[in-house]
Amino acid sequence: MKRSSEPLWWSLFAAGGVVAALFVPVLILLTGIVAPVGWAGQAFAYERIAALVGHPLSRLFLFTVISLPLFHWAHRFRFTLVDLGFRGARSAIAIACYGAAIVGTAVAAFVLIRL
Amino acid sequence: MSRPYYRPMPGTWWLTNRAYFLFMVRELTSVFIAIYLVLLLILINRIAAGPDAYRAYVTLLASPGMLAFHLIALAGALYHSITWFSLAPRGLAVRLGERRVPDAIIAGSNFAAWVVATLVIAWIVL
Repeated sequence: MKRSSEPLWWSLFAAGGVVAALFVPVLILLTGIVAPVGWAGQAFAYERIAALVGHPLSRLFLFTVISLPLFHWAHRFRFTLVDLGFRGARSAIAIACYGAAIVGTAVAAFVLIRL
Repeated sequence: MSRPYYRPMPGTWWLTNRAYFLFMVRELTSVFIAIYLVLLLILINRIAAGPDAYRAYVTLLASPGMLAFHLIALAGALYHSITWFSLAPRGLAVRLGERRVPDAIIAGSNFAAWVVATLVIAWIVL
């Protein structure tokens, strides 16, 4: 019998759902609103933020928080497109969605290792 | 084996009913979260590129369009968190001895973990 890859994608979807639910709202608030508006004073000064992001634990956290929710998106978006009527392109959609998440994960790893 | 029959369905089916519409909104929150994560990755890349690149990017993030995007993405992310934690008891039935732990306790502990995670991240960054 042909082994299905669905359990793998579903596990990544579920893990990404948890990580996104726990951490993404506060990150959007901090990097997308508080930092650019300037509410945090010196908290986002370059030297401080570069040191914080450069810490190995921060890099591991950022890698997890970027990669897993990308697979969450890929899984949801794949089925949303099928639900919206792109039924003929099922496999192409799956490859494009998971492929994008894999590329995003690789880029995140590259950026965070080089940091 | 014959192919399964799919009843033709217009692409606008999710506009016909409030529950379908909210389902679609929930699915689309992941799109906004994914776009945000790309912007976050660019931010990290700009930090690596040096102080000038970092400051230029933060200035870009302060533009009205970027702020509007982040406000919408924040609303979407909050909707994802709330629906995700509310559904958690459906996906995970925890038993203590003979009795099943009530849904409210599972959902409640999830929401508590969310609050703790948010405070810890905010405390570290700010």
